[in-house]
Amino acid sequence: MYRYDEQDHKLIRERVAQFRGQTDRYLAGELSEEEFLPLRLQNGLYVQRLAPMLRIAVPYGMMHSAQLRRLAEITRKYDKGYAHFTTRQNVQLNWPNLEDVPDILAELAEVEMHAVQTSGNCIRNTTTDQFAGVAGDELVDPRPYCELIRQWSTFHPEFAFLPRKFKIAVCGAATDRAAIRAHDIGVQIVKNDRGETGFQVFVGGGLGRTPILGVAIRDFLPETHLLSYLEAIVRVYNQLGRRDNKFKARIKILVKALGPEEFARRVEAEWEQVKDGADELTAEAITWARSFFPKPAYRSFDHNHTEAVLRDQAGSEKAFARWLERNTFPHRVPGYQAVTLSTKPTGIPPGDVTDRQLEAIAELAEQYSFGEVRVTHEQNVVLADVEQEKLFELWQAARKHGFATPNIGTLTDMICCPGGDYCSLANAKSIPVAEAIQRKFDDLDYLYDLGELDLNISGCMNACGHHHIGHIGILGVDKKGEEFYQVQLGGSASENASLGKVLGPSFSREEMPETIGKIVDVFVEHRLPEELFIDTYNRIGLQPFKERVYAKAS
Amino acid sequence: MPKPAKKPVGAQPDNPQQLILDGVVVDNTWRLLPLGGEEEITANNLAAGKVILPLSIWLELREALQARKDEIGVWLDSDETADLIGDFAQELPLIATHFPAFTDGRAFTAGRLLRQRYGFNGELRAVGNFIRDQLTYLNRCGFNAFAYQGEQSLQGLLDSMQDFSDSYQAAVDQPLPIFRRRALV
Repeated sequence: MYRYDEQDHKLIRERVAQFRGQTDRYLAGELSEEEFLPLRLQNGLYVQRLAPMLRIAVPYGMMHSAQLRRLAEITRKYDKGYAHFTTRQNVQLNWPNLEDVPDILAELAEVEMHAVQTSGNCIRNTTTDQFAGVAGDELVDPRPYCELIRQWSTFHPEFAFLPRKFKIAVCGAATDRAAIRAHDIGVQIVKNDRGETGFQVFVGGGLGRTPILGVAIRDFLPETHLLSYLEAIVRVYNQLGRRDNKFKARIKILVKALGPEEFARRVEAEWEQVKDGADELTAEAITWARSFFPKPAYRSFDHNHTEAVLRDQAGSEKAFARWLERNTFPHRVPGYQAVTLSTKPTGIPPGDVTDRQLEAIAELAEQYSFGEVRVTHEQNVVLADVEQEKLFELWQAARKHGFATPNIGTLTDMICCPGGDYCSLANAKSIPVAEAIQRKFDDLDYLYDLGELDLNISGCMNACGHHHIGHIGILGVDKKGEEFYQVQLGGSASENASLGKVLGPSFSREEMPETIGKIVDVFVEHRLPEELFIDTYNRIGLQPFKERVYAKAS
Repeated sequence: MPKPAKKPVGAQPDNPQQLILDGVVVDNTWRLLPLGGEEEITANNLAAGKVILPLSIWLELREALQARKDEIGVWLDSDETADLIGDFAQELPLIATHFPAFTDGRAFTAGRLLRQRYGFNGELRAVGNFIRDQLTYLNRCGFNAFAYQGEQSLQGLLDSMQDFSDSYQAAVDQPLPIFRRRALV
């Protein structure tokens, strides 16, 4: 993975010193609340319902074991001994003291971490596929481009006060595991007829209160022009994006107002002026960026033998078989498999891990996966390079630490925002709803029969829980001071992305497990053999679900 | 031809007595004419001396004021883009860009374009409600003058310019982004 050189270290240390000065001036009353706000946000610091919240950047989700151990220490020293993985592949601390934040950032800087631009109206952490570099359906490894985007966007002097936040995702595979069309810019790596690498560029996607899927404004952008094209898009947005109403300030509103063709025309005109400038990705620059993501030292295996051993182990241990089926992912190198550690056992807020668990992940990474992990946008943790021969051993260790709940991709592997328990923006709590639904669906065999099912929960329309792109989406709403929940069906974050449709009037929290139960019943009754929920929904539509859920009791 | 309807006049920039120019605190030798004054400005009634005109007035009077062009500057409001000055930038001694609120970041783009696209070499001045903590970025976008109207000391502002010793991207102060400099090593 990317490692800092002396320049990176120096820049990040200087940033910590700058923020320490800003915090001191704020505490001394020399910097107003209003002026401190964007400064602290661009250093990851929110002021939340119960305490400040610090969002730490994990560039495109990658961390190594020393970083995990440092995070564990920090949660013990400055927080309550746990951390939260977010849907932008980042990490959050829920209870730091504002005064301690410069010290926390200084400790993070020692292990090549920071909280730069994890919030605020600027370019945020770039996200990507958690299986980058190992997936069989990958065209090109997206991580070198993500790293170049990170460097280009970090402390960008022109784009630190945009109309609104700005999110970029990159996907290098046939299957979109990064939800790129839900981003302000989605970059899909493609190859042209001559086998040259380039990018299809989507703009104007986003969730929040006006959910829109990004539209392609360019089908093939040559590789060398990635950063100049991004710069052109953000420049057009910085000049023309609305600043009079924060709810209409995202780039999606501008793209919609101008129309995608006109927006594209303006971007192309701007890009013409800058495309051969300093941001050109020269062959040397690309080679340099790639050099940080070499293939690890894979061993070679007798594939037939390792497969046979796995089959035997799975045959004699049903729980292992389940885990193998749900929580592992095929690897492009024979003899290896990627493993997802689930942070979603029933009763724990999705994405939460304790300090001990962070250390356990570090240890598992060192023992089984070259010391590296990836945080997923579904809030789990991936060990990308595990030898198949060691899967059984890893499963036992993961079980001991509470990471082996075999529910990846199922209804109980929910995406869930921190909600009203923590967040001052939330209209409603989301964690207790997640837990109540997990409790209702505690029969693993039934859960597997249901197959892939994304259930996403947001506590308000800011949509941090991505409810619009869940097969089942749940949105917390406020009705005269009481918490209610609206249900949406049919969203999808895949390459066939779609936004969910509202089922009907909202429900109380107590009604939620039963409501989800009815929706699942309708699916099961209408389902063709092996059909996935989203496919059944697309075939039969909203109506049958609506009828069942809102049927008058007879 | 009928004149276009005048837009409503928003917050106007102050013109403080002192400012930072090229890293030193100096006296402000320019007057800044806000929008929305009582009297109509013409080439004849414009008082002598250095003056910074609102873009709309400068566009009208530019030709009539040719003889005085070394003492006529222009200020852009945040919704006025650099291309409205365009190549005329090269004959201007001073361009100011207005921050109606410090969170309005359009001036950063205007500054870069004036310097890098339109070849402006004169004094590029930030006016209005920008804050101390934006100086490093403003500097990188080509600003060399800061008519700060807030409550912090100008010395504090000067100190903040030393916050960073290097940068990741190319901008006015740095011809090559870090990844290209590194790849050269």
